[in-house]
Amino acid sequence: MSDIGRLRAARDSVLLWFAPARVQDEGTTPDYRFSLANERTFLAWIRTALALIGGGFAVDQFLTDHLTHWARLVLSLGLLAAGVACTLRAVNHWVRCERAMRLGTNLPVSRFPAALAVVVAVLAIAMVTVVLAGWAG
Amino acid sequence: MPPPSGVPPVETDRDPGLQPERTRLAWRRTTLTCLVTAILALRQAVRSGASALSVAAVGLAVLAFLAFLLVAHLRIQRLGAARPAAMPPPTALAVAACMLALAVFGAAVVW
Repeated sequence: MSDIGRLRAARDSVLLWFAPARVQDEGTTPDYRFSLANERTFLAWIRTALALIGGGFAVDQFLTDHLTHWARLVLSLGLLAAGVACTLRAVNHWVRCERAMRLGTNLPVSRFPAALAVVVAVLAIAMVTVVLAGWAG
Repeated sequence: MPPPSGVPPVETDRDPGLQPERTRLAWRRTTLTCLVTAILALRQAVRSGASALSVAAVGLAVLAFLAFLLVAHLRIQRLGAARPAAMPPPTALAVAACMLALAVFGAAVVW
């Protein structure tokens, strides 16, 4: 897909968030079980977002012995931002999947899970390093 | 177990895959997770002292959780139908708004 096509697709899906009734005008209503499965996937992503947000609070509250104020601030704001990204992506992906099912097209593919996995792995390694360094020092 | 291919599934009122039940439980799990996060947020505000900001932040966290509870409750009621309709998009947006409120509130107190 070209960059312009990608931009247009992104604009269309953001417009869909704010004119949600349009989703239900397009195509045919899929089997309700598929819609419910899509809803559960959405909720699973919301729980992931909640875990990231809760992790952001936990870093600030429970790593006080190991981290300086600024390190805690950066880590917890990073986790909170990841939670926000996860939430927005959950809504976007849910709308796009629902639309694809109504129109009978392929489900959208996404790099987001891989990107999130990398971010979480890096954060986890950083925290383990910091805590171990705190014990050693 | 899915029916053998080529055989149309039997139409009954009860879904053999219990999809509405599973979706209800998914809403319950998510509500519980939201409660835990809201409690962590409350703890955050309590630790940072009783300033006007932290009182406002506590109110916001409680409101975000109660809003989520309400959205989940309404959705769970709708899932009781024999053939539940798909989740309305405003429900998804309301859930996202609750998450954003929790995160923004958290960022304000952490800061």
